[in-house]
Amino acid sequence: MAKDELSEYRLVGTRPLRPDGLDKVTGRARYGADISMPGMLWGAVVRSPHAHARIVRIDASKAEALPGVKAVVTRADFPEGLTGENWNLQENTMAGERALYDGHAVAAVAATSALRAQEAARLIEVEYEVLPHVIDVDDAIRPDAPVIREGAADATVPEGSPPNVARYIEFGHGDPEAGFSAADLVRERSYKTEATHQGYIEPHACLGQLGADGKGEMWVCTQGQWFIRQMCSAVLGLEAAQLRVTPSEIGGGFGGKTTIFMEPLSLALSRKAGGRPVKIVMTRSEVLRATGPTASASMDVKIGMTKDGMITAADAEFRMQGGAFPGAPVDMALYCAFAPYKLPAAKHVGYDVLANRPKCAAYRAPGSPMGAFAVESLIDEMCRELGLDPLEVRLKNAVKEGDRASYGPTFGSIGLIETLEAVKSHPNLAQPLGPNQGRGIASGYWFNHSGETSVSLAISEDGTVQVSVGTPDIGGSRASIALMTAETLGIAYEDVRVNVVETGALGVNEPTHGSRATFASGKAAVTAARQAIAEMCRRAAADWGIDAEAVEWANGAAQPAGPNAGKFPPMGIEEIAAKMGSTGGPISGHHESVPEGVGASFGCHVVDVEVDPETGRTTILRYLVVQDAGRAIHPAYVEGQFQGGAAQGIGWALNEAYIYGQDGRLQNAVFLDYRVPVASDLPMIETEIVEVPNPGHPFGVRGVGETGITPPLPAIANAIEAAAGVRMRSLPMSPPRVLAAIKAAREG
Amino acid sequence: MVMVNLWSSLSRFTGGETAVEVEAATVAGLLDGLKAAYPGLAPILDAGVSVVIDGEVATGRHASVADAGEVFLMQRMKGG
Repeated sequence: MAKDELSEYRLVGTRPLRPDGLDKVTGRARYGADISMPGMLWGAVVRSPHAHARIVRIDASKAEALPGVKAVVTRADFPEGLTGENWNLQENTMAGERALYDGHAVAAVAATSALRAQEAARLIEVEYEVLPHVIDVDDAIRPDAPVIREGAADATVPEGSPPNVARYIEFGHGDPEAGFSAADLVRERSYKTEATHQGYIEPHACLGQLGADGKGEMWVCTQGQWFIRQMCSAVLGLEAAQLRVTPSEIGGGFGGKTTIFMEPLSLALSRKAGGRPVKIVMTRSEVLRATGPTASASMDVKIGMTKDGMITAADAEFRMQGGAFPGAPVDMALYCAFAPYKLPAAKHVGYDVLANRPKCAAYRAPGSPMGAFAVESLIDEMCRELGLDPLEVRLKNAVKEGDRASYGPTFGSIGLIETLEAVKSHPNLAQPLGPNQGRGIASGYWFNHSGETSVSLAISEDGTVQVSVGTPDIGGSRASIALMTAETLGIAYEDVRVNVVETGALGVNEPTHGSRATFASGKAAVTAARQAIAEMCRRAAADWGIDAEAVEWANGAAQPAGPNAGKFPPMGIEEIAAKMGSTGGPISGHHESVPEGVGASFGCHVVDVEVDPETGRTTILRYLVVQDAGRAIHPAYVEGQFQGGAAQGIGWALNEAYIYGQDGRLQNAVFLDYRVPVASDLPMIETEIVEVPNPGHPFGVRGVGETGITPPLPAIANAIEAAAGVRMRSLPMSPPRVLAAIKAAREG
Repeated sequence: MVMVNLWSSLSRFTGGETAVEVEAATVAGLLDGLKAAYPGLAPILDAGVSVVIDGEVATGRHASVADAGEVFLMQRMKGG
């Protein structure tokens, strides 16, 4: 029986049409670049062509003399004295003394047309003194590497560390050496993953307006309008409440739109141009050169295993570069790397390293895919050496509720074992494989996140309901929040409209990140709906002349709670709404909190590949995602998240990489050369939703958006070894690399 | 007293200890207590950490640790 038919709910678990569907298929939806205003100027950004250079002089006189040019800004137009991450954001927005990577903004110009702005940008003369640069993480951590920034190390970094180490972390438990001694097989391997971009279809775009009085507005494509407000305010020295930020529809974010890039530039240009609004739309090249990819990683992993597949100890050292600023997700990578396993002993060491590359941004389960690539690859290799079934070994070592996580705390309710059992019984595992074909399996984990959340709900005069949320809808959250609200109120899904609102309409909301929107905004919407229900019961009770406690809510109507409450016909939401003006005024609900009860999500992927021994090309034949969703509110969207994560992971595994020349310049800054998977590269990605309800959510929701990108990297590496007999420990596993490995294996 | 499990590289600020006791009823009290007892931790705690109480990330400074069975200090959690 299909999962949907088993649902105990009226609406939760069904698959209604998405509320934004018509707008998107008709082109009516307004994305960042679709916003225009009367009197608007266009902005263009001058970017460093050098990976590392001192900015000797900027001369904008020729640009300023060009008709139609209304403003030029450099770092001199930004306030001084910022510290910590605010300084990092400002420095990344506009270079100060040095350009720190190819594509780093050094000046910006606003003019009356996009072409004129671009022309003016070309006329801005920047004199550079080129400095030594470093790109690769293993080069950057060398003691003699070019120093990106003196004093960048925070208090976690021990004295005597290499100069580009910005953060250091070490944690663990038990006695790893004793664990390795108890093992029948101990293996230690090194792995590397490349930085990859989130690859959202919609480039960054914004329209900013800022007056001399410090009051401003911004329309922007973002995952978090309050983050944009806070960061722009900090970088420009504004009062946050004076800046009103409205999010557009969003064509993908995946973590990359949780921070600022050119948004402060549009505001700074606007202020200098007398308050005229300034629109900036990035090209794809700008997106790839100057907006956050994820980090690249170099990792050493050691695991001990008994001959029957029990893991006795684990040791990992991860080095990650996240560009010219601290922030590589090495801590998250280490936390997640061994999370699916119950480990008697473990040691984790991590270095966050600076390099001359763009400031990394969050990318779907930041860090977890890299850690999984290393750990899940080594476990597969050891299973192969010991002649063990990799799925059985994963089951044998799987964590469950009450177990200590590899990173310390005790797990609450989790569904890893249920997920692995679902994989075990899936028909894909029985599919026969032909020559040059192989099957790979890997697990993945993401914590999920809560965060500041504020939601308002209002009953309309006709009994329909509007819900205002602060989390932009990047994966179907409007539909899922409408379903949960309608389920709670006992009304139709179509009678609820969920609006993503601007910063002036609600309290602070964290972005849609950390797989939190359906969990956190959904939980808040349910609480707000319950408040409205309580008020509607009170209004009905007043009409009936009975105590409010004697009224209950069922099927979208107030009803006497029992025979002793009196005999009154149900009073529906439409009737209560129609007369609310004369029974006490508007009826609404509101909830704000940092919701407790986040539920973590485990997943397991199985991939069948065929490797062409003549070209090294890997074809994905079959792909299965199994993941614990807690409760799938709108299963189609959950499946979409599973598929999207897998597709991005496949790209990361097989093709995507930043390619830098010896000069430190990015050589593949367009999608023709930066190869994301397209539909013809992929089979239909099959999904199976496991539901181990999260006790911390009224409907059992766990975030599902991020875990799915974690297993593909190792699952495909494991499948390639099964198909071609070569173990790939460095990404991407592109045809030339796989072919070289095959040739090397043939030559012995 | 609450036993707080630290990540091990913080032990250089706590005389080699990876688990330390502080007198605290809330997360705020716990963090203040740690800073008072081990001043070297202050910049790290001020930069932002996650306090995990009985397996769940505390959602605020007022969260109670009085009856906590297990408290871990972790790097600040975030997501994409």
